[in-house]
Amino acid sequence: MSQQIIISIGREFGSGGHEIAEKLAARYGFPMYDRSLLKKLSEKHNMELDVLKKFDEKPKNIFLSRTEKGLSSSPEQAVAKMQFDFLRDKAASGESFVVVGRCAETVLKDYKGLVKIFVNADMDMKLQRTMESYDISEKKARLMIREMDKRRKQYHNSHSDCKWGKAKSYDLTINSSRMGIDGTVDILARYIEARRKVIASENTNE
Amino acid sequence: MVFTQVLAIVIFLAMFLLIISEKWERHVITLSCGLLTLVLVFGVGMRSMKAVMDTLNIQGIFQTSFWYQAGEVSESSTGINWATIIFVAGMMIMVEGMAKAGFFRWLCMRIARMVSFQVIPIFITFMLLSGVLAMFIDSITVILFLAAVTIELAQLLKFDPVPMILSEIFCANLGGSATMCGDPPNIIIGTSMGYSFADFIQNTGLIAGLSLIVIIIYFYFVFRKELRQVTAQKQDPSNYPEPGQIITDKRSFGISCVIFLCAVVLLVSHAQTGLTVATIGVFIAAVTLIAAGKDAVSLLKKVDYKTLLFFVGLFIVVGGLEQTGVLELLAGLIETISGGQTMIMVAIIIILSAVASAFVDNIPFAATMIPVIRSLAEMNGLDTSVLAWTLAMGTDIGGSATPIGASANVVGIAVASKEGYLIGWGKYCKTMAPATIIVIAISMVMIYLRYF
Repeated sequence: MSQQIIISIGREFGSGGHEIAEKLAARYGFPMYDRSLLKKLSEKHNMELDVLKKFDEKPKNIFLSRTEKGLSSSPEQAVAKMQFDFLRDKAASGESFVVVGRCAETVLKDYKGLVKIFVNADMDMKLQRTMESYDISEKKARLMIREMDKRRKQYHNSHSDCKWGKAKSYDLTINSSRMGIDGTVDILARYIEARRKVIASENTNE
Repeated sequence: MVFTQVLAIVIFLAMFLLIISEKWERHVITLSCGLLTLVLVFGVGMRSMKAVMDTLNIQGIFQTSFWYQAGEVSESSTGINWATIIFVAGMMIMVEGMAKAGFFRWLCMRIARMVSFQVIPIFITFMLLSGVLAMFIDSITVILFLAAVTIELAQLLKFDPVPMILSEIFCANLGGSATMCGDPPNIIIGTSMGYSFADFIQNTGLIAGLSLIVIIIYFYFVFRKELRQVTAQKQDPSNYPEPGQIITDKRSFGISCVIFLCAVVLLVSHAQTGLTVATIGVFIAAVTLIAAGKDAVSLLKKVDYKTLLFFVGLFIVVGGLEQTGVLELLAGLIETISGGQTMIMVAIIIILSAVASAFVDNIPFAATMIPVIRSLAEMNGLDTSVLAWTLAMGTDIGGSATPIGASANVVGIAVASKEGYLIGWGKYCKTMAPATIIVIAISMVMIYLRYF
């Protein structure tokens, strides 16, 4: 694949979006950037990984932060910006990759090869996956899903003009409950292939 | 009257909440709220053109006393404090010129070289430098450059820059409290109440000077372990930056040094020369622009007009509270609580100012409190200056306690974060909140000992 393809996957908590991203990355042989990119940042800046994790994908607290001349005191904003810069650098280098979350569909919106996907799922599936992954009760899983999705939404919407999870914000939104994880990966791969051809023809015309 | 008072309070509180929410830019918020004050409070509520004119205060600019005050300085009128706005604009232009010439980076590196790039001496001299520079230049600029150079040196000399940046932030806020032009609340207090540069130096300057000594000792003991851990690591001196190389244009560097010195001399002597801060602001801006030649337009473009507009809107909204008598009510409340005892009044003002400034922007707070302390002094036949110094110390120092209390804190934290040194509330407040309490306590004791 010569032209650059960047697959950004937004996801609801427990929807399997992360697993789908992993499988797509494996299928195309692309590197995947998710929470693991914090490790790269911690090495680059000689920072503690736990500190970065503490502020990852969290919205800034408006009562506990302040902006002055475009500079923010919020550590959440700082961690977000570091990740955005990392993604911009990767994209600028021409690399193809899969990215999970991190407002990538907004941060990398100027790249032609960007494919914006959002994965949601029925509550039953999300509960099942969360209970199994974290070995917790249904009640706790429900709370966890609600809390995580609320946080992701606030984080996303504070960095982006488009709304988290809304169809308008993405090229494709898909419910992973309908086709299962592998079925969803197949459907998405077909879409990505089709998009790749369109991008290639656009590049040729230019 | 009650309706207009409620309206003025609602607009004021809405302004504060909107500023905190950061939904829109600050100047848009204060200007919109200012417009609402003019239309709803003065127009619909009070039906008073006089209140509008008094608050807009444009007539004041055309009076000779606005530019030149011979003899005793008189108290200026209320409303938009144009002297503050013109002075701040002038300083912005001068500082832009200095930054462009590489003055601040050169100064920092020169000092680092002077102390042979040793960590602890850099730590102490940078605190002093931060305090002294902030006496004349806005703390945002001071920290913007100091924090950047500190990180550069930290990476070179392998030390943690966070303790040093925190100390510099505190000293910048402290240095700003020493003079009339150091911190926006002081400029507003000075121009609104007719105090000179010398008045500030002799009062808040003295408190800030003593506090600076105490605070340098405090930070040394608090951070010495973290900074000493690295002093053992020997570095190659050939890697150390050469200050002379920072200056790319020696002519503009020389000119900006001369303009800065002129500004300092004019400010220090303005009570003697009769030149007001507005005149000094216009003068230094004009000289900087003339010296910049063809670069004058780019310097003007860099002026932070948003901050100036923020001031305009803010003064109108506070004018609404003042004209409707809300601030007199607040003054009455403070008087009742204190039982008319001046010492308690001082304690209330300094603690209230410090706590409020730790969480909200100290500029609107100071602008609001000026009419309050004026009323308090009138009610009790007190010397207004004592309350003015109390307000200045409370608002200037209180802001250091939390990451969001002052502009310098935000800028310092942001510069550090950009390079991967995250400073959360816990890390910040652990050392800065006690330092704030120490200086507020020193200020209270000095005010009590000196004026009572």
